[in-house]
Amino acid sequence: MEKINTSKFLAQLPKNIFSGFVVSLIALPLGLGLALASEAPPISGIIAAIVGGIIVSIFGGSNVTITGPGNGLVVVLLGAITTLANGDLFQGYLFTLAAIICSGVLMIIIGFLRLGILSDFFPSSAIQGMLAAIGISIFAKQFHVMVANIGAKGDTISLLATIPKSIYSLFLPEYNHLVIAAIVGVISLLIMIFYGKIRHKYLRLIPAPMWIVLLVIGLSYYYEFFSSAPYPIADKLLVQIPDKVFSNFPSPDFSSVLKPKFIGVVIAITLISSIESLLSIKAVDKLDPEKRRSNTNKDLMALGIASIASGFVGGLNVVTVIARSSVNVNNGGSNRSANFFHSIFLILFVVLFQDQLGRIPLTALAAILVFTGYKLAAPKNLKGIAKIGREQLIIFTATIIATITTNLISGILIGILTTLIIHFILNKSAILFARNLFKPNVLMFKEEVNGIYFISVKNFSSFLNFFKLKRNLDSIPEDSDVVIDFSLCDFVDYSVQESLIGYQEVFKKKGGSFEITGLDKHGTASGHPLAVRRLFSFSQKMKIGSSLTKRQEDLKKVASNFSWNYFPKKDEDATYLQDFIFFKTKKIKYTYNNILNKDSSFKISDVEFSEGEFIAQKIIKTTILTIDLKKEIPVFTLDREGLLEFIYKIAGFKDISIIGHPDFSKRFYLLGENSERIQLFFTKELVLFFESNPYYHIESNGDTLLLMRKERIASVKEIKELLDFGVRLEKIISKINYNELLLKSVQIKP
Amino acid sequence: MIGVAFSPNLKNNVYEAMRMVDFFDSKMVLVHVGKKTEQKEDTIKRLISGFSDDTDRVKIVWREGDPVRVIIDTASENNADLIMLGATPREDFLKFYIGSIARKITRQAHCSVLLLVKPSEDLRPCHHIVVNGLKAEKTKQTILASFEIAQNLGAQQLTIVEEISEQEVQVIIEDDKSLIKATKRKEQLTEKEHSRVQKILKAVPEDCKNDIRVKTQPIFGKRGYSIGHYARVIGADLLVMNAPKKTSFWDRLFPHDIEHILGELPTDVLIIR
Repeated sequence: MEKINTSKFLAQLPKNIFSGFVVSLIALPLGLGLALASEAPPISGIIAAIVGGIIVSIFGGSNVTITGPGNGLVVVLLGAITTLANGDLFQGYLFTLAAIICSGVLMIIIGFLRLGILSDFFPSSAIQGMLAAIGISIFAKQFHVMVANIGAKGDTISLLATIPKSIYSLFLPEYNHLVIAAIVGVISLLIMIFYGKIRHKYLRLIPAPMWIVLLVIGLSYYYEFFSSAPYPIADKLLVQIPDKVFSNFPSPDFSSVLKPKFIGVVIAITLISSIESLLSIKAVDKLDPEKRRSNTNKDLMALGIASIASGFVGGLNVVTVIARSSVNVNNGGSNRSANFFHSIFLILFVVLFQDQLGRIPLTALAAILVFTGYKLAAPKNLKGIAKIGREQLIIFTATIIATITTNLISGILIGILTTLIIHFILNKSAILFARNLFKPNVLMFKEEVNGIYFISVKNFSSFLNFFKLKRNLDSIPEDSDVVIDFSLCDFVDYSVQESLIGYQEVFKKKGGSFEITGLDKHGTASGHPLAVRRLFSFSQKMKIGSSLTKRQEDLKKVASNFSWNYFPKKDEDATYLQDFIFFKTKKIKYTYNNILNKDSSFKISDVEFSEGEFIAQKIIKTTILTIDLKKEIPVFTLDREGLLEFIYKIAGFKDISIIGHPDFSKRFYLLGENSERIQLFFTKELVLFFESNPYYHIESNGDTLLLMRKERIASVKEIKELLDFGVRLEKIISKINYNELLLKSVQIKP
Repeated sequence: MIGVAFSPNLKNNVYEAMRMVDFFDSKMVLVHVGKKTEQKEDTIKRLISGFSDDTDRVKIVWREGDPVRVIIDTASENNADLIMLGATPREDFLKFYIGSIARKITRQAHCSVLLLVKPSEDLRPCHHIVVNGLKAEKTKQTILASFEIAQNLGAQQLTIVEEISEQEVQVIIEDDKSLIKATKRKEQLTEKEHSRVQKILKAVPEDCKNDIRVKTQPIFGKRGYSIGHYARVIGADLLVMNAPKKTSFWDRLFPHDIEHILGELPTDVLIIR
């Protein structure tokens, strides 16, 4: 085993070295830029990437992630560096290094205590709002730098407001010397924007940020060797790289450890870096071609260690970053060595090209960040959120506004609070939440018959108690079949549904299946498949089919694959089911999610029916297939021997055995009034078919067949199986010439 | 043995009790906590006569005092085998009061207790019984008793739920490796629990098992909670549980085992003591 692993590792090594190289091409400009955006020395971003890559690749628990300085931290670090020492940037940087080290210790503790699960307590829209707010802050600050105004200061809103002024001032004669630098910045931004649209094979070998770096360094060499004019970009607009990068480390200053401001910074860094890392790890796991599951707690510990180490040598803190990780996957990175090599290449760059790095204008780096900030806060995200529902938009905007006007921690807290209040309003009470918050609400068991994992969720399911559901979901091997049922659950929020869709993807990739049922009847606020869903009380009119759930969308697809018709709306006319023995003692309320073939001879439907009356009434939902045979066959019911749910003690019905097939008779209950006719009808082919296929409850009422399996709604996969079974069964029955057989037998025994 | 309150449920409670008396061929003691008035006596007499003429089998006790104490004392004086209580499923906070008396009786009674979620006037068939298969001394007795009940009530299916606590798995799932390990460990535990329950099943007399389909279902989850949720999901008609060992104030605060079920009755519950 060990040997195989080693040889596999060696075989994949060249690819990982290459991938690490490509990633380092992005990590270099991004590291410089992120550090500059935080008002830290540019090299501190590179140090974080180097230290992070080496340490996390050794101690980490994930596979294809890349670590280094992160976008989300820019805002926190900037705040820390500018305020911790009351405006003295260098002293503030030293204090911040101490804060980074302390937060590293906290990260190790979080990982050790396996508290990574805490990140599940943040509602999805609030996190997206926070990320957008971070994007806006980065955008606001860096836009000024991009147009060569490095002195712009103030909060995000005033920075945004003064952008036109910065642009306008370029056209004033006294700022003429800045124009070239600003043009470099704007062209860099254009490269970032249009790079994605270029499909040229060789151009795309080098990532956009590296193109920018290469071009601006080229420009500086042009002025040095070919042009008589001096380099038109002033020194203060160029990256400052210290002469002795690896011998002269700044020492972190721990003197203000106990000040509330310092503690606030430590908490903010820890919070944001944990959230950013966990989100990235989750997202990158979905990209992993080998579909491995990352050990997040181990990764958090490794990130903590890396942050401590980075802090001591003057680097920013280390998080898992999504953009660089996805580049790694795209270039063939397959294990942690890619992260390691990305660090090695960064060291080489800094050592070999120290002089060249000093030629990069700040405006070019700022352009890269403007683009990143825009990506985080793109209006596209806002539109996506608005589609899910107005209430998500409120949460999202509340979080953005709160984050921009106050700080990240209050921002996310206000986001959580808004979500809670909106959930209360949607349910018109807080009692549902208050009473059930601490109660277990998830039941999971493996169905004995076919090994399906069945999960039922009760009461409510939102970000408040998702961790309980998640713990169960995480314990299921991803190649199994899962059915998760929300019919006992009054309220399901967007965060939960979004995560479940994530699980669905993973299960699908690994060869399992993951079906969500019981949501079709819940009411929604919008037409989006992931909209918040609440079970309406009886007084309100139910509108099934006004917005389709994921399952209904899938059913639609199944129907269109067969070019059949799909009708999600409920149909109260169910008289065609009444004469089946199964439904004789039951009251059919309605059918819904009907799938019909062209001539309506095949019909799949979800049926809701009740057993008993008044207070003893039990409402049951199930999925059935009916096949109109268009000819006469005997009335019978066929069941697996011992499947007692379906046995009816009706007078005159007895177990009929088919002569010559003792095994069939032993395994199946065949009931019917006219045993001779049934014996005639069950030909050898039919018996063989039943023996060699999965069990269903099958009933005939004389010209129509009813097929079903369980007294619950079937998953989409089960429906497909049922359909396949039905189609094949119909073929066999259509070959049986029952009338002829009947005539023959009449001739034999008159 | 039945606790009576003059509530809208009275008729249904008495009818359910009378049916039980019929099924098990036993006697009934009706306890009314409160003053005896002619009108009330009349009502109850009428209810009973509507069911059976055999008045010897019914004894009515009128007493005043704390309902919990009175019912428990009367039960032990009469050597009752079963206390029946009509409980109400929780719909709002107002109904909690009834629940709290039922809870206290359940905890303190010396004999078995049957909690009826929805007492009804008409006979409801009992198809499916769910029994706990906890690893406890009383489990064997509970399972044996539930087979007897299944025979008497004509139930066709009996499911024994083996609740296995997540802690027993002892593997924390963090990545693929630990997931495989945990899955294996769960299989082993299931196997172990299964053989334990099978041993008990062997001890059940054959004629008790006639016509009853027996199924076992292992569930990894919180003890006492999962079985209630399971009973609700599969739509069981009766849930049979071991009696709790002893409960204190702390058990209310940190509910475990039976307290989860008392807090949210999934269906009719029989607690065997």
